[in-house]
Amino acid sequence: MNFQPKFDRRSFIVGSAAAAGGLCLAFRIPGAIADAVSEPEVNAWVVIKPDETVIIRIARSEMGQGTLTGLAQMVAEELECDWSKVTYEFPTPGQNAARNHVWGSFFTAGSQGIRGSVDLVRSGGAAARMMLIEAAARRWGVAASECSAAQGKIVHASSRRSTTFGAVASAAAKLAPPTHIPLKDPKDWKLIGKDVKRLDTPDKTQGKTIFGIDIRLPGMLYAAFSACPVNGGKIKRFDATKIATNTGVKKIVQIEDYGVAVVADSWWRAKTALDALPIEWDDGENAKVSSSSIDAVLKEGLDANDVVVGNQSGNAKAVLANAAKTFEAVYSYPYQAHATMEPMNATALFTGERCEVWCSTQNGDAALAVVAQAAGLRPERCDVHKTFLGGGFGRRSSSQDYVRQAVLIAKQMPGIPIKMLWSREEDMTHDWYHPITQCKMIAGFDKDNNLIAIHYRISGQSIFASIGPTQIRNGLDPVTFSGFSAGGNEDAFGYTIPNLLVDYAMRNPHLHSGFWRGVTINHNAIFIECFIDELASHAGIDALEFRRKLMGNHPKHLAVLNAAAERGGWGKPAPAGIFRGLAQAMVFGSYVAACAEVSVVGNNVKVHRIVAATDPGYAVNPGQIERQVAGSFVYGLTGLFLGGITVKDGKVEQQNFDSYDMMRIRQMPKVETVLMPSGGFWGGVGEPTICVAAPAVLNAIAAATGKRYRTFPLQAQGLSLV
Amino acid sequence: MVRLSINGQPHEVDVEPDTPLLWVVRDTVGMTGTKYGCGIAQCGACTVHVDGIATRSCGMQVSDAVGKQITTIEGLAKNGVLNVIQQAWIDHDVPQCGYCQSGMIMAVTALLKNKPKATDDDIDREITNICRCGTYQEIRSAIRSIVAKT
Repeated sequence: MNFQPKFDRRSFIVGSAAAAGGLCLAFRIPGAIADAVSEPEVNAWVVIKPDETVIIRIARSEMGQGTLTGLAQMVAEELECDWSKVTYEFPTPGQNAARNHVWGSFFTAGSQGIRGSVDLVRSGGAAARMMLIEAAARRWGVAASECSAAQGKIVHASSRRSTTFGAVASAAAKLAPPTHIPLKDPKDWKLIGKDVKRLDTPDKTQGKTIFGIDIRLPGMLYAAFSACPVNGGKIKRFDATKIATNTGVKKIVQIEDYGVAVVADSWWRAKTALDALPIEWDDGENAKVSSSSIDAVLKEGLDANDVVVGNQSGNAKAVLANAAKTFEAVYSYPYQAHATMEPMNATALFTGERCEVWCSTQNGDAALAVVAQAAGLRPERCDVHKTFLGGGFGRRSSSQDYVRQAVLIAKQMPGIPIKMLWSREEDMTHDWYHPITQCKMIAGFDKDNNLIAIHYRISGQSIFASIGPTQIRNGLDPVTFSGFSAGGNEDAFGYTIPNLLVDYAMRNPHLHSGFWRGVTINHNAIFIECFIDELASHAGIDALEFRRKLMGNHPKHLAVLNAAAERGGWGKPAPAGIFRGLAQAMVFGSYVAACAEVSVVGNNVKVHRIVAATDPGYAVNPGQIERQVAGSFVYGLTGLFLGGITVKDGKVEQQNFDSYDMMRIRQMPKVETVLMPSGGFWGGVGEPTICVAAPAVLNAIAAATGKRYRTFPLQAQGLSLV
Repeated sequence: MVRLSINGQPHEVDVEPDTPLLWVVRDTVGMTGTKYGCGIAQCGACTVHVDGIATRSCGMQVSDAVGKQITTIEGLAKNGVLNVIQQAWIDHDVPQCGYCQSGMIMAVTALLKNKPKATDDDIDREITNICRCGTYQEIRSAIRSIVAKT
């Protein structure tokens, strides 16, 4: 098969004629930019068609978090177009590189999608508007300053002339872009802050949205893949002859020293053959690792001396040694799998000259680099076509391992597009897990019952040791101390403790670790917020009052906590059998707090209601923020109650949703969002709230039962979420 | 050859009779709206209707679907008009990533066909599909709005 680099990606015909009796399906990949653009772009961000359709280009990935719509709102706010005419497309990382990275970063993680694009996308929209106005003004022979734009129309008021964006778009495209681009004052926003509907919803209700797994290319074959079940292990041997003649099997290929792929004319035939393939693995030294051995390694770190300090004031150790009373607790948070609903997959076409990949990724730039490296080609000869993501949650930003594997398979079958898909079992076995972490906390009170010192000793796995060791400087992983920072705009610790020490012993077991939606604040917020709640109990002071006394220097932290507590009814009688718990944090630039209401009957925990307050600075789409907040509790509480990845003989024990359960609709609490953007800063939304889910509910469980649960998931401690 | 009726259209497919219906629909017939999530009938992303009954297609052999009417997410809209569940999903802006929503809409469509006045208890008992983004609150609101109009 000859590579045809010019095939029309917008409407290529997918022939399934051979298999389906003449049926052909035609569809376009939403978001792909056509090779031959028929209508000129006004600038990199905006294309306007003669029929007034406005195509806004979106660099960041859409994985459910709503960034696609939020970014389009921000471009459209400055563009002054008619929102009902707006549609979208995704430029490729290759196009970005070829255009001097005009779209900025494609990286979609760290709750950066909106806040990391604020000026860039608004300037893109504003520049396009200025050019459209200029084009109309020139046509009329008037000054651009006498013209204005709104709702996709340009008006010259004094002569009562008007035209449309579509009528002048071609002329505007020929103009030089403006150099000075003023942006609107937030008080003048009309579209930012409005609950417009998501642009991607109609397709998602009809099965039309194309995810990576849905890519179909002419002549495409399917690959099933299996890596050594023990991370770090290798292939000893496999007997390809056992399956070589199976129906539909085209090729059996080894991938580096650790994996095998079977390529067939359908994925089911490929997977069935792979399951039947005798493979002998060399598990290596890691086969000796178990959850208990990992636990022992982390426990040792709780008292070790090889530590890095994340935050300190005063002299916590000396003050604790002489405190009137001290309290100690050890918390333990497990590995967690991302379990994106769409398992890892990528479709690769390698020709020897070029390599192209279609995939769900949170990091288009990194995916392109991986494609070029795996293909052995210069990046200019490669590209990555991003699709919608069936969930990301950090899995698809932590590693592009699946992209690399697809290319390595395709390289062995030049000219044939190969869709590689992991089974759910493969996906759960080879995740980049939330890092397993423990924390020992010691707090001291003086004789007057004042909290005078806390030492937090974190012991656990480093994410960057897995995903980017070069970014660890002086033993410091840049994300370890999330939520413990001494001030700053990202993740400041919300309490003023006279003597504070937060330090970390890095202990790296053999599983990969990565970004798991919310990242390290998920366990750090449990350490901070559950222990502060324990201390309030020890001091005999109301949990809200106790916090307030320590939060005088952190008014924004306190404001969201007060809002959640007030709306949640804190301090007022709860319905019979209902108990409340609080938590707060600042992370990803936003302030979040929750007040949870639970009941506990026997070992059954019911989470009835959660009030969640959020101050993200600015709220681009309040309705979508509410949905992110509500969804955050599903993610956070699934991890708290049902999650937890364990290891036996070096292998991950959980394989699928029967052993790694997920929250269902019957377990969903009523979530009430208090959105209180205070302005002046841009915080994230997709991740922050997850971290208050677990501690707020744990504190409510402690109120209900008098018992502190400190090891998770709760299911393993005998508690069920009902 | 296996003969199937999908969304009212006949299809002849050359697959092993024990192939899961899911993979025939997705890879052989080429309708990708039905999703793979687990392969063990746990998550419901692959839900289709078989003779009107919500069925997890990853757990059904294609040979068991012969002679039955299979409906996928692509077959819900009639003459370009969405069904009331799809429309409610738009009105309530339910989907986030959207990957589970084909199966979710198929499950809810079957529920409301059998129980037009479905209660919260009915929803809790019968809608067991997994949504990892956590759209459950919007799903419940959307279902309630349909029931209220029934």
